[in-house]
Amino acid sequence: MTAALPRAGMPTADEILAPSPGALLRRRILRHWGLLIGGLILGTIVLMALTAPLVAPHDPYDQQLARKLIPPIWHASAKATWAHPLGTDHLGRDYLSRLLYGAQISLLIGFSAMLISGVIGTVLGVLAGYFGGRTDMVVNFIVTTRLSMPVVLVALAVVSIVGSSLTVVIWVLGLLIWDRFAVVMRSATQQVRSREFVTAAQALGCSTPRILFTEVAPNIVNHLIVVATLEMAHAILLEAALSFLGLGVQPPTPSWGLMVSEAKGLMFFDPWLITIPGVALFLLVLAINMLGDGLRDVTAPENRA
Amino acid sequence: MLAFTLKRLGVALLVALTVSVITFSMIYVSGDPAIAIAGEGARAQDIDAIRKFYGFDRPIPVQYYDWLVGALQGDFGRSYHMRQPVSDIIFSRLPVTMALGAAAIGFALLLAIPLGVLAAVRPNSFFDRFALTLAVIGQAMPTFWFALTLVLWLGVYWRLLPITGSDSWQNFVMPAIALGYYVTPAVMRLTRAGVLEVLSSDYIRTARAKGLRPPTVLFKHALRNAIIPVVSLSAVQFGFMLGGSIVIETIFQINGLGYLAWESIQRKDLPTMQAIVLVLSVIYVLLTLLADLLNAFLDPRLRVA
Amino acid sequence: MTERILTVDDMRVDLPVPAGTLHAVQGVSFHVDRGETVCIVGESGCGKTLTALAVMDLLPALARRTARRLEIGGRSIAGISEREMSDLRGADMAMIFQEPMTSLNPAYSIGNQLEEAVLRHKSVSRRQARERAVYLLERVGITGAASRLRQYPHQLSGGLRQRVMIAMALMCSPKLILADEPTTALDVTIQAQILHLLAELQREFAMGLVLITHDLGVVARIATRVVVMYAGQVVETGSAAAIFSAPSHPYTRGLLACIPVPGRTKRGEPLGTIHGMVPSLVGERVGCRFAGRCDYATEACTRTNVELEGAGSGGHLVRCIRHAELVGTTPRREAEAAL
Repeated sequence: MTAALPRAGMPTADEILAPSPGALLRRRILRHWGLLIGGLILGTIVLMALTAPLVAPHDPYDQQLARKLIPPIWHASAKATWAHPLGTDHLGRDYLSRLLYGAQISLLIGFSAMLISGVIGTVLGVLAGYFGGRTDMVVNFIVTTRLSMPVVLVALAVVSIVGSSLTVVIWVLGLLIWDRFAVVMRSATQQVRSREFVTAAQALGCSTPRILFTEVAPNIVNHLIVVATLEMAHAILLEAALSFLGLGVQPPTPSWGLMVSEAKGLMFFDPWLITIPGVALFLLVLAINMLGDGLRDVTAPENRA
Repeated sequence: MLAFTLKRLGVALLVALTVSVITFSMIYVSGDPAIAIAGEGARAQDIDAIRKFYGFDRPIPVQYYDWLVGALQGDFGRSYHMRQPVSDIIFSRLPVTMALGAAAIGFALLLAIPLGVLAAVRPNSFFDRFALTLAVIGQAMPTFWFALTLVLWLGVYWRLLPITGSDSWQNFVMPAIALGYYVTPAVMRLTRAGVLEVLSSDYIRTARAKGLRPPTVLFKHALRNAIIPVVSLSAVQFGFMLGGSIVIETIFQINGLGYLAWESIQRKDLPTMQAIVLVLSVIYVLLTLLADLLNAFLDPRLRVA
Repeated sequence: MTERILTVDDMRVDLPVPAGTLHAVQGVSFHVDRGETVCIVGESGCGKTLTALAVMDLLPALARRTARRLEIGGRSIAGISEREMSDLRGADMAMIFQEPMTSLNPAYSIGNQLEEAVLRHKSVSRRQARERAVYLLERVGITGAASRLRQYPHQLSGGLRQRVMIAMALMCSPKLILADEPTTALDVTIQAQILHLLAELQREFAMGLVLITHDLGVVARIATRVVVMYAGQVVETGSAAAIFSAPSHPYTRGLLACIPVPGRTKRGEPLGTIHGMVPSLVGERVGCRFAGRCDYATEACTRTNVELEGAGSGGHLVRCIRHAELVGTTPRREAEAAL
């Protein structure tokens, strides 16, 4: 029946109206399963870390040599017991408890190092992107110099000289991994800088700090969030590597990297000792990466690479 | 082309100089290197003796100058522990690490580029999603854990490859895989993005309009342009492999620069530490320069700047 | 005897979009004979570029093309394989695109790109290919052709690059050339030169030329016949003379009224405009696509689909149920009188 078809040449209501940006964003987030799964896993791990003192069945530092090297519950061994669902390590410490507290370490270090490097990198990047010219040259030079240095080695060297502790690790990492922040924020700022509303604000006589905070900042925030998540994952992996090499967090603190290192010699006989913390690290970093990728897909899909 | 090279060379030199200053100042991070060497609880006169012996009592600029002049001539001083000129030790171990790095980047490229091209040619297909999933997983695995897992499975359970040492090429297979897998996702994504973008460009449409066959369009026209950023990324990533080899070399007991760095950090062998960081940094700078030059060579448009 | 080079009969191109199916080209038919220049005119988004891409089978992967008849030199190309199609592209039919700045591969010399066009289709030696390239470069007005071969695209200006594209299209002496707005991205002075060149080459190589443009000035200068498209359909077609002297579709008349003509347009007289927006091409609709913007639209116009019918002699067709009544009226005056 031709009467039922819409008339050509007459635009219909939904062709004129469009959904609001907020509604669009919400829709995209809910459809992106990578973002949702990553967020869910990360949320779970954060919850584990926050509730560790309540949920952990034992004290992670409590050594019970009589109960050392009990395998996890899924092993077909007489020694496995529900009192230690993930088994115990070579000093008889409950692995589940150490895992839960280890989450605190990873998240704390990852987050703090990300904050420090984020501040450094963003300031450098925005200044370079906004002012261009000399400032840009100087920042580029600084970034190139930083990129020319082997991060792991420098971190190890500094930690070995200063002495390793939680604070030292956080600061060393934070002072070394800001380069991606600088590069991404610089290019994001450059793109925004050339948009007309910035020129308009300048023409109105707005002061530079005001322009930076009210015009530039809202438009680069989504890039910042994406890089922040990825660098947090990066920091977590670096801390794990440092601890694995013995120059990160010191025993008996339950860092996941340290747990793998301590179990290295025993892995041929009790492989779960390295599998469990390794999988935990993997899941945490995976979740953060998926979240970061998802955020980027949802807010700025043109940057997908 | 010549002006371009000279300009880049100038910047590279400046960066190398800055890096040398930073590397040199590394040992002063804790204030007094003599204390760092002597260790905690050392007596004042021992610290003084160390200070005098290693020349820390001279003014800092003089120390830097002497060190730099020596370094330019290839003399990094004598190792505290090995009673040999540092340069001898370093340059005997460097080739091993270079070989490992080359094997690692070779593995990464061999895996990543075909995956990336195939994924781009069939975007959003099952293969594409599979490749991207592999990439996401690869980026989340901690290197040391992956290496240990490889050792467990390939070395111990299946007995396919040797676990330690650096005598034959088989010793390098697992280390190369363990080292190389970490950059595979980045290279794959870059290749995929590059090929995807290039395939939608106008000159590809022109190539098809001329009646060129699909393999010609893909390999002669598309890949040639898409591969440019991948090449320069690989040059830079090769540098990171050299720096990041410390974890792999310690796990697999390979006598390369990374292992040397590890030993000298443990023993607080400052001249060796400094020399390694400096040598690696200079290599990085050279590799970045090489990447720029390769870029210009491959993309005729860049030869002007 | 005029040979029919291109036959397009009832061609459709559909694209799947989130909101449904976008009918980008709806039942377009036209033909090109040897020695003719057929201009396809219309505004942005009317489907003219997709029509050309559809003929060459260079549509985006998701697009679907159907046609009752699609023939090159009498040979049907409607359902042939991609392999056979690629044999025809470049050899029997060639296309020139709109953006000369990006249509050449920046990584290879223009000589390389020219030569590969002929090496792909004809078994000639490299030297012969190079000689042909030099000959054609000179023919399109590029001096110092031999040394130009070694140059890279970024070393040439837009006008020069477009000439290279034209030379590249001619490497195999195709029967048919489709030129999609070849001068839009160029300076006005260069435009005239390129058009003149195309007309000359068409005569010399005895080809059929399809020129897509939104510029009626170009059409007036070069067209043998005209196809006017709107919202994916052909709304009027005929010889250039007929279209310009007796435009029958309100859209065509509106387009012509937009152009100020020295001598005829009086000082201070407002220029013509066509009010309204192009309708959506998504989904099934009924009625004349132009009805929403037409000064003469009636209720009957929106009720049923309109077909092409004759409007005068010699293949002048128009898609309007009121075209016979509207002979002699001027669009702008009527609209003003109504205000």
